Amino acid sequence: MTSEPIIHIENVHKRFGNVHALRGVNLDVYKGEVIVIIGPSGSGKSTLLRCINRLEEFDEGRIVVDGIPLDTAANINAVRTEVGMVFQQFNLFPHLTVLENILLAQRIVRKRSKEEATRIALDLLYKVGIPDKANNYPIQLSGGQQQRVAIARALAMNPKIMLFDEPTSALDPEMIQEVLDVMLALAREGMTMVVVSHEMGFARAAAHRAILMDEGQIVEEAPPDVLFTNPKQERTKAFLSKVLH
Amino acid sequence: MQTATPSQTSSATRKTTVDQWWLLVIAVIALIVFLVVTQPNPYQRILIFVEDGVWVTLRTTMISFVLVLILGLVVALARLSKLWLLRGFFTIYVEIIRGIPVLVQLLFWYFAFPPIIQNLGTSLNSPALINYKADPNFMAILGLTICYAAYMSEVYRAGIQSIPKGQMEAARSLGMTYFQAMRYVILPQAIRVILPPVGNEFITLLKDTSLISVVAVSDLTRRGREFMASNFIPIQPWIMVSLLYLVMTLISARVVHYIEQKTKIER
Ligand SMILES: Nc1ncnc2c1ncn2[C@@H]1O[C@H](COP(=O)(O)OP(=O)(O)OP(=O)(O)O)[C@@H](O)[C@H]1O
Ligand SMILES: [Mg+2]
Repeated sequence: MTSEPIIHIENVHKRFGNVHALRGVNLDVYKGEVIVIIGPSGSGKSTLLRCINRLEEFDEGRIVVDGIPLDTAANINAVRTEVGMVFQQFNLFPHLTVLENILLAQRIVRKRSKEEATRIALDLLYKVGIPDKANNYPIQLSGGQQQRVAIARALAMNPKIMLFDEPTSALDPEMIQEVLDVMLALAREGMTMVVVSHEMGFARAAAHRAILMDEGQIVEEAPPDVLFTNPKQERTKAFLSKVLH
Repeated sequence: MQTATPSQTSSATRKTTVDQWWLLVIAVIALIVFLVVTQPNPYQRILIFVEDGVWVTLRTTMISFVLVLILGLVVALARLSKLWLLRGFFTIYVEIIRGIPVLVQLLFWYFAFPPIIQNLGTSLNSPALINYKADPNFMAILGLTICYAAYMSEVYRAGIQSIPKGQMEAARSLGMTYFQAMRYVILPQAIRVILPPVGNEFITLLKDTSLISVVAVSDLTRRGREFMASNFIPIQPWIMVSLLYLVMTLISARVVHYIEQKTKIER
């Protein structure tokens, strides 16, 4: 790990009207690191993730991604091409086939030729384990397959960082593992990843650090084994006792 | 969950059935032919007399509608903009337009607008403005376009807003600009939603063009009235004019229906 963080988050505040969703978050993520964020509903996990690629604007503080400060519109688009995002609801484009979903941004943002973009798309579909679904529409795929297409679509842009917001929580239980396997493989390849997920198995296997958020703040951070089995903060213990039953 | 076009799964099994409403179109045309053949006086005379009016009505409808489609989209996007000045301006425009009868708007553009320009010309001492004359056809198209663009913007806006927020977010997170996301992700999905109401707007516009007959445009309605006035027969001209409008609106409805079916089947 180098000394320069690839994501630098400094005292970030975010308010939605009266709701103070982020209350001074500080976090550095280093290249190749996998971070898992856990925490109760409404604690600001999604909001933090969305601030990193500026889907949400923050009110105070500073975020620098790969040396690019998030301030002007030009910077935001530069950052967005470096940061891939995977959503809980997949958000595939329903009017396009799987292949077209993966081609679109490559063509109009990365300006790749059709041949090159198609080759990249097919390679990625192979990598996420659904090479035979290229010409299907998203609705014809299972949830797990859709989420793997969404991952492939994000990867096609060659992001340096991948953000995952509860990628498996909209999935039927039997489909969770196939998505986690893809994510695990990605982590092993050295992708920098920030993952909001309560999948403890994945966190243990892939994450370098686990973070507990509560009420808009980072309450505790530690390697996942330590955080899950031996937390220091009362709030972490309380949360874990609920999640682990 | 993902919103999905429900037709996607069933598209393979769906067959194009013959649209039986075409029979109604044929029946109305047959009735016109029947009247013209069996009672050439006055029906054939009326038909020949109002024919140029049919073309004026169709031309005005087509030109206005194309402009309405473009301007309506611009207004809709402006109203969805984050810039409050832009949003506010076009919101007020839509509210004003929707609160004034179309007929009154057409009268305004034809009668009130030219003298306003001329007075302005006088105070600015500009001969070009002082000599400004309103062309009835131009003013009719202008009036209809400004009015219907306001209605159409609401149709677009509802369609765009019916697409889940996650679609825009996914597009933006892939690095697309707002307009790229609109162009490639949001609008193609919204089109399917708005096609039926857009078709209705077209048919309503077609019928409302009859209002331009009061601002010196020789459309179908005006030609019908002229025939009535010069021949002193009150009944038959309006039967013929009604049938001609009916043919146009019924055909339009079928075409809209056809396009709707086609976009469904392609997915
Ligand atoms: N667009 C919004 N408008 C208003 N309030 C919002 C908005 N987005 C989030 N919030 C509020 O901000 C707080 C943090 O929300 P956030 O979605 O970040 O929580 P979360 O930790 O991701 O929760 P969950 O586990 O339920 O996804 C919540 O109180 C939420 O109601
Ligand atoms: Mg969330």
